[in-house]
Amino acid sequence: MPLAEMKDIWRTYRMGSTLLHALRGVSFSIEQGQMISIMGPSGSGKSTLLNLLGCLDTPTRGEYILGGRNVAQLDDNELSEIRSTEIGFIFQSYNLITQLNVVENIEIPLYYQGMSERESYERAVELAERVGLSQRLTHVPTELSGGERQRVGVARALASSPLIVLADEPTGNLDTKTGNQILTLLHQLNDEGVTMIVVTHDPRVAAETERTLRLVDGQLQDGTDGT
Amino acid sequence: MIGFQLKRTLKSGLKSLWLHKMRSGLTMLGITFGVCSVIAMLAIGTGASEEAQEQIRKLGSHNIIIQSVKPPESQSAGDSTSRISEYGITYKDAALIRDTVPDVVRTVPTRKVRANVYVQNRRIDTDIVGTVPWYAEVNNATVLRGGFLTQGHLQRKAGVCVLGKDAADVLFPLGDALGSVVLQGELRFKVIGIITSFARGEFGGKKLQGDPNSEVYIPLTTMNLFYGPNTMHQSGGTFTSERVDLHELTVQVQSLDDVRRVEAVIAQILRNSHSKEDYQLIVPLQLLVQARRTQWIFSIVLGSIAAISLLVGGIGIMNITLATVMERTREIGIRRAMGAKRRHIIFQFLTETLLLALIGGGLGIAFGVLAPYLVQRLAGMRTIVRLWSLLLAFGISAAVGIIFGIYPAYRAANMDPIEALRHE
Repeated sequence: MPLAEMKDIWRTYRMGSTLLHALRGVSFSIEQGQMISIMGPSGSGKSTLLNLLGCLDTPTRGEYILGGRNVAQLDDNELSEIRSTEIGFIFQSYNLITQLNVVENIEIPLYYQGMSERESYERAVELAERVGLSQRLTHVPTELSGGERQRVGVARALASSPLIVLADEPTGNLDTKTGNQILTLLHQLNDEGVTMIVVTHDPRVAAETERTLRLVDGQLQDGTDGT
Repeated sequence: MIGFQLKRTLKSGLKSLWLHKMRSGLTMLGITFGVCSVIAMLAIGTGASEEAQEQIRKLGSHNIIIQSVKPPESQSAGDSTSRISEYGITYKDAALIRDTVPDVVRTVPTRKVRANVYVQNRRIDTDIVGTVPWYAEVNNATVLRGGFLTQGHLQRKAGVCVLGKDAADVLFPLGDALGSVVLQGELRFKVIGIITSFARGEFGGKKLQGDPNSEVYIPLTTMNLFYGPNTMHQSGGTFTSERVDLHELTVQVQSLDDVRRVEAVIAQILRNSHSKEDYQLIVPLQLLVQARRTQWIFSIVLGSIAAISLLVGGIGIMNITLATVMERTREIGIRRAMGAKRRHIIFQFLTETLLLALIGGGLGIAFGVLAPYLVQRLAGMRTIVRLWSLLLAFGISAAVGIIFGIYPAYRAANMDPIEALRHE
């Protein structure tokens, strides 16, 4: 059984009187431990797909099976719960909370899981060390370089030991060298068993993944649905 | 999993308030002033009320005071040929009340003569009060020096007097009053004591005549002997003669529970024997009840005005929190993406407004206790801070924090996480 599977997913927005189909019948699946990429021009539905994968949104139609459970029609509370335990997000613009330090940022998902203060602190420190930030534990984001910030983002995504890590242009705001370091880190994590979906513009990033889904006008191009 | 951790929520709330010290401080001020003024207003109101009540109590809540009142001229006009106006409480009334009304402990009759009293070249225009030895006790007067009139003085119709404190100060500035003699016309009175009493004033719309501290007290029997039954008054160039047996009769009642009933009996007796309204009944106990009610309303009005400033403070909190929510839209998006439920976001913002309101309220209580103290010290007004007013103010500030925090928190929690994440 695949770790995550989308079956004929539609996402339709109503813009006044017209209907806008952002996704039109997307189907694919990803196995435990895989690292795949999603590419596509702007407006192709990448963001919509990512939001659905990350349980920030629910599809208009279709099934999304995550860890053996259909999450397509859950309510806000249940979706929050799944985000806190099953999903890890890495964002292009890092999305760290500016008033919190490195450890506190990494602790956020653990906090919403209800993990005890001591336990979550220990886990956050462990993760910070794992991404190479052991010297930066009490720094706030503004005191960190772009690469370091993204490392915090990666550590935070891993904090709750999620089923899937979703990376949205993880190197988009970084120079090539730093970007490569982050990619290396992601690959390293994937080698350790973390399942990963990377959304990217960069063909070189996509080339290094096992499989690339190409999204055009809300549909996956033939031969890339991976089924 | 639900994990609402109070301590951590409070800690991060405090931290985020501390991050914007200036903003938090200013927002708090609104609540601080509101709470402070609620407490101060109530304290001033309570103080004023206590003062009025104490004054009335000093009049004696066991007492019923009957005063003679000169009826309007029109009524005595038909009688104008005689030039003697006769009105007021009579000896017969006094005897009737003393002897027939049950539960009356004793009665204090007084008669007053307006006169110039002098010593050498110092003089005062005052009331000479003819009364009985137990006057001082019933009227809560304190003997400062010497003693008050005695039964012996009354029987002997002695030529002695007791001075009110102010009268003594004017007539004997050197303080050598005791044993000296004061003159009134050709009459001589030996000073045997000095008393003081609280100042009378206006109670429940009825003016109590006389200032006990500037009066001169002599035995009632002496007065009747020296001045006769009629007294002369000069008004507008013509002399009028008045015949008033007693100007005032204070009736002391056995117990507080009997006051109302005795008052009714006395009123009935006087109605039967008087054809005109030439007397008035003053019941301090009744005034006390009235005064309490009036002051209560007064306190409520003051408190409400102050409460409006609390409301304004609350709106301030809501305003700032709404701005904070907008400013922290991105943070809300991040937290939602990381698994925060709506109620986590609500708790987060509600905690901050509640902290603002409670810290502001706490400061307000501190100032609210201090302010009445200063008012008392500097303005000489009596203030009383009651515990319930502190609890009330604290409760209100907590309520303000919650009520005015709910809307912004609700707004924050109901943001679309996707939109919020995209927010710049």
